[in-house]
Amino acid sequence: MNNPDDTQNNAVELAEPIITINGMHKWFGDFHVLKNINLEVRRGERIVICGPSGSGKSTLIRCINRLEEHQQGTITVDGTELTRDLKNIEIVRSEVGMVFQQFNLFPHLTVLENVTLAPIWVRKMPRAEAEESAMQYLERVKIPEQALKYPGQLSGGQQQRVAIARSLCMNPRIMLFDEPTSALDPEMIKEVLDVMIELAESGMTMLVVTHEMGFATAVAHRVIFMDGGEIIEEKPPQEFFESPDHERTKLFLSQILHH
Amino acid sequence: MAQNHTAQGYAPGTHPDLPPPVRTTGPVGWIRANLLSSPLNITLTLLCAWLLWSVLPPALNWALFDAIWSATDRKDCWAQMDEPRAGACWAFIRGSFRLFIYGWYPEPERWRVNIAFILLVLAIVGVLRDSLPGKKYWLWFAVAFPFIGAWLIVGGFGLTPVGTQKLGGILLTVIIGVTGITFSLPLGIALALGRRSKLPALRAVCVIFIEFIRGVPLITLLFVASTMLTYFLPPGSTFDLLMRVLIMVTLFSAAYIAEVVRGGLQGLSSGQYEAADSLGLTYWKAHRLIILPQALKISIPGIVNTFIGLYKDSVLVLIIGMMDILGLGRARLNDPDWLGLAPELYLFIALFFFLCCFSMARYSLSLEKKLETGHAQ
Repeated sequence: MNNPDDTQNNAVELAEPIITINGMHKWFGDFHVLKNINLEVRRGERIVICGPSGSGKSTLIRCINRLEEHQQGTITVDGTELTRDLKNIEIVRSEVGMVFQQFNLFPHLTVLENVTLAPIWVRKMPRAEAEESAMQYLERVKIPEQALKYPGQLSGGQQQRVAIARSLCMNPRIMLFDEPTSALDPEMIKEVLDVMIELAESGMTMLVVTHEMGFATAVAHRVIFMDGGEIIEEKPPQEFFESPDHERTKLFLSQILHH
Repeated sequence: MAQNHTAQGYAPGTHPDLPPPVRTTGPVGWIRANLLSSPLNITLTLLCAWLLWSVLPPALNWALFDAIWSATDRKDCWAQMDEPRAGACWAFIRGSFRLFIYGWYPEPERWRVNIAFILLVLAIVGVLRDSLPGKKYWLWFAVAFPFIGAWLIVGGFGLTPVGTQKLGGILLTVIIGVTGITFSLPLGIALALGRRSKLPALRAVCVIFIEFIRGVPLITLLFVASTMLTYFLPPGSTFDLLMRVLIMVTLFSAAYIAEVVRGGLQGLSSGQYEAADSLGLTYWKAHRLIILPQALKISIPGIVNTFIGLYKDSVLVLIIGMMDILGLGRARLNDPDWLGLAPELYLFIALFFFLCCFSMARYSLSLEKKLETGHAQ
């Protein structure tokens, strides 16, 4: 697990932005959760977002596919601005995949049905074709043999890998991960991280909310630290861990790295 | 015992699965655990056995062994027994059976009721059985059945019209029950979704409707149906009484179904909605494919409970003068030939309702078991 090599880094630096967030604010009722967020993500870039709980990191990535509505500023995803226009929201959602902390698989459907549902009903893909591509993705996350089981019969790590396959099946250009390993037993974290690392190597644009600092070091181009609804600091992983600028970042790192 | 095995010495990691101690399983274990576990339990077991012994034989004698199945009237019935009233006089029920089933439906047209009943059974089988070839067509047939059935029974369009005042007995009970059940489920689901809608106007309408209907006794609604509605309708127009009753019963049970389904919707984690949203499913597709299948599964016990309630509450129509099975039966009790045979009548009616409701309850249990996929999200 080395740092992304330089040629790839340069390619990402030259790529055009795929997500642009400008002066974005969000409130939950009176509570100001996100304050003046400015963020540009380039095509192929991999960003890890960390910060103490309640810092707004999950809310931030949930704004990118409009699971949460922002009240001020703009979010543009691959040329489509997120507004109340349902058409735009649909376009963005079909390009952005999301993986949740609690997996959120559909428990009444088999693994294969979970994975083929969106291609069939959103992309109008014929069933046979959808199943074929679903099996390819299930192989990619290394659980093709579970295709006919129900989610409730799988371990947490397996469920999360199915969830990743389900998102990939829509051919997303961007993948959002909301604490994908936080609900897993320790021995299952690695199998999920391995799938995510493989995905990163394929050049997917990824925004990952996680506290897995090994993962951040291995694949992230940038690490963003959030606290109190603000982006406090953003740096390449090596600099971020070795020489953080802000006191709050240092405090946070000392809390998660030494215990 | 566990200590003995450890003493026998299995190396760590090699302990085999052992069968449980004999006395905790099997019929002997069951009897010990459930019937004879403590002095109190033993006393209760004996008490129950004594109760069954003293109640069951006389009851069976009366209902079956000493019962009379054919007679011309009650005097004839009693004459055939060792002493009057020693057994049930089922001849009364047998003699009135066709009346109880068809009401006053004209004799030559009763084949239409029979066909409607057969089609009803087919429609129910079509909906409930999974592994039928051409399931899709069965479902379409089930959707069309209420209309086909209504046409067969009231006639018109080529069939001799039969006035709804001729309907009575089990036929009327089943019409009210089946109509109420088929139409209140979709309406109830729509109300539940409306109540959770983001559109304030739609939400308000649904809340007011549900709370109003739930807040008024069914009998009141039936009186409204039988008397007040005529004030609201344009003068001179006639609106069939049965139709009004069917609408009221449907609305009444839809309000309850709506609340049951709303409970099911709230039982789903918000993650299910978010996952559906993030995959780009629209509101309707998400509800049809993800939300409702799960919410309805959770709601099955409540929905079936409401259906059973509706089916039994259909007897309330006798208060506004409609002769369902209970109303008709009570009217038959006044027949001088059969005076005083109330126990037989009410037992028969109870058995009829019990069989209908019990099969609904059993079906709901088997459905729950079938839909179980070993999960809890």
